[in-house]
Amino acid sequence: MRKSSDRILGSALLPALSFLLAFSISGFVIALSDSKVLKLVGSPGKFLSTALSTVGNAYLALFQGSIYDPNLARGHGFFQGLYPLSETIVTATPLILTGLAVALAFQSGLFNIGAQGQFIFGAIAASYVGFHFTLTPVFHVLLAVLAGIASAAVWGGIVGLLKAKTGAHEVIVTIMMNYIAGFFILWILKTTTFLRHGRIDPIAPEVSQSAQLPHLAGPNFRLHAGILIALATAALVWWLLNRTTIGFRFRAVGANAAAAKTAGISVATVTIATMALCGALAGLGGAVHVLGSEYALTADIAGSFGFDAITVALLGRARPLGTVFAALLFGALRTGGRTMQANTTTPLDIVLVIQALIVLFIAAPTLIRYIFRIKNLKTQDAMKSKGWNG
Amino acid sequence: MLSLKSFTAAQRRQIRLLIVLLLLALFELSAFGFRNHLDAKTTFGFILAHEWVLIHKWVIASRSGAFIFSTLAALGAISGIVLVGRKRSPALGIALAGISLLMGFLCWAAAGKFIPLTGMLQGSLLLAVPLVFGSMSGLICERSGVINIAIEGQLLAGAFASGVVASLTHRTVWGLLIAPLAGALISLLLATFAIKFSVDQVILGFVLNVLVIGLTDFLYKKLLIPYQATWNSGPSFSRIEIPLLSRLPIIGPIFFSQTIIVYLMYLIVAIIAFSLFKTKWGLRTRAVGEHPTAADSVGIDVNKLRFRNVIVAGLVSGLGGAYFTIGSVGTFGKEMTAGAGFIALAALIFGKYSPTGALCAALLFGFADNLQSTLSIIGVSIPSEFMLMVPYVATIIAVSGLVGRVRAPAADGIHYSRGESK
Repeated sequence: MRKSSDRILGSALLPALSFLLAFSISGFVIALSDSKVLKLVGSPGKFLSTALSTVGNAYLALFQGSIYDPNLARGHGFFQGLYPLSETIVTATPLILTGLAVALAFQSGLFNIGAQGQFIFGAIAASYVGFHFTLTPVFHVLLAVLAGIASAAVWGGIVGLLKAKTGAHEVIVTIMMNYIAGFFILWILKTTTFLRHGRIDPIAPEVSQSAQLPHLAGPNFRLHAGILIALATAALVWWLLNRTTIGFRFRAVGANAAAAKTAGISVATVTIATMALCGALAGLGGAVHVLGSEYALTADIAGSFGFDAITVALLGRARPLGTVFAALLFGALRTGGRTMQANTTTPLDIVLVIQALIVLFIAAPTLIRYIFRIKNLKTQDAMKSKGWNG
Repeated sequence: MLSLKSFTAAQRRQIRLLIVLLLLALFELSAFGFRNHLDAKTTFGFILAHEWVLIHKWVIASRSGAFIFSTLAALGAISGIVLVGRKRSPALGIALAGISLLMGFLCWAAAGKFIPLTGMLQGSLLLAVPLVFGSMSGLICERSGVINIAIEGQLLAGAFASGVVASLTHRTVWGLLIAPLAGALISLLLATFAIKFSVDQVILGFVLNVLVIGLTDFLYKKLLIPYQATWNSGPSFSRIEIPLLSRLPIIGPIFFSQTIIVYLMYLIVAIIAFSLFKTKWGLRTRAVGEHPTAADSVGIDVNKLRFRNVIVAGLVSGLGGAYFTIGSVGTFGKEMTAGAGFIALAALIFGKYSPTGALCAALLFGFADNLQSTLSIIGVSIPSEFMLMVPYVATIIAVSGLVGRVRAPAADGIHYSRGESK
């Protein structure tokens, strides 16, 4: 008993301290860039109190915008007060899936920066099936989702194929393919097939009702069935990694490719399969995002889901459950950040700083150990450098 | 039939490239040279400023232009293949084929229109400036064994710092001095976390980019927009015309009528290209990038040298960032580097980690970028998105070894600590 509780405490300590540091540093940035605070530099007492209240208000708005807003609850009951939480989940849903796409790659020793491009292809295909065909409800959703998965799996699989056959490093290839996908969606939204009738701005027709994912909490909330898909997928990825031969091969190649090869595992096959699967996961994210909350494809459909996915997977230490929690956290930061920007003078972009700092500190346990003078800080499986030729 | 076995792998790749060029030339010949129904004329303009006049403009019928140039391209490719067959360098053939292909394409694409050729080339150089700085920064890092994906962040930090400081002080020179320091600050983080705390360098570079984007976006909204007059209305450098040189026809306005940042770029590229291969520092740098254990065994402090080089690289890309603000418009814009750091990385890889290669690749990518905007301005019906994809597709082709294999320095991205076997 004692041992397991120690372990939990140990593994939670690093993220907790990283959070503390990240929020503190961001707090300094918020306070020191505020003109009201800066004017009071002459009187230390006022300066400190104004600084603290500025940061406090910002973080309070961050919470209200992402979890629970008493102002909303006052008029419409407790349930309505949870509207921010539902929005957090809506934002987190695609993040869970793209995060898994990065996490799974980490498990096989690959660094998938391409979730953004894979997401875009998933969204394009799902949107096309969604608006172009008229089908029976359940079948239509299924087909649209499958189209998204399949096209993104091909897009991701190309990376695996290039790596396996020619040794092209997946980081470089995926960075380049993100840009190509970004230009591709700009182009396709100008074509007559995709451009909505009577519009000049790049927007595709709305997917038909039969292809939309059902709402979970009534029409007042945007919460949709995508979160169930995302959670089920996370469970599936956990099962695949920990309970199947395929997953064992993935992890074996990730741990030591040379040893895996000696043991008779085809590294090339694993590489191609991993990248195709990662593509499929990110593509599912794109499909769910279009069919669940956006309904219409736009040039900016992917937002930064594919890039945030990397920080999500890093924070989740490349594990499915960790990724789910990390995605919920970053979803909350994003959603709350919008409220913070609207209600206080603190721009949303501080959220990016917080995210980057959290990941930076988690990736450098030595630094945390040094700052807080902790001798035995539990650190597991730090992502190891492999280099371009590895 | 030629027996491919008698050639080295590199020669076989050259032949493959030349065959691709030949096929492209034949395609261009059949698509534009014969079937083009347009009898319109294409006009190339050569005069930009007040350089000495060699030719004002050159008018050619679209069809015959496409025909002549694609035939030339085919001849270039064939002569290249012959050169390889005689075990000689096919560089001339490749250059002739490439340039002719492009000219043939322009003759076809701009039928009935005017192409300001000198202006287009000048614009290409300008677009290439941050790419050149960025790829030189990447070059110094990666040649000494540290992966630098944070070029984007360094450029952005340099752009932000120089724009803000120039605005606050009303002096461009302060902006120019502060920009390298901002880049070096990002490098300091990169070097500390990569070398002292052995964090994965790809992850690190990625996170640093997010950090810089977040910080600059935040400060942009918080200070630069509301207090624009003080924080974001900096001056910018004016062009310096070099006497005589700037009046040379065609190359004068392109290369010798630029701002000080461009002239600094020439200097920096020359210094790096020279010192990487001709000085003790260069030899040591390449040694710690290729084989740190060997370097260590002859008494080179691997991590110290790497640390220093990463900082120097930050100075270079930070200076490159100044181009975006005080080197052109003066004011800072949200995420104004817009991925230039990643194209710079692409240029570095496409240029096979060599200074001249990276320089040429950066210029090529700048040209591709400017070509697409020129074509879309004069109204050519090629989707600009596909033209914009060119650098990225080219890089994928380069790293997958379809045309010439790219090999990164052997120890690139691998943390070094003494006594730890690789």
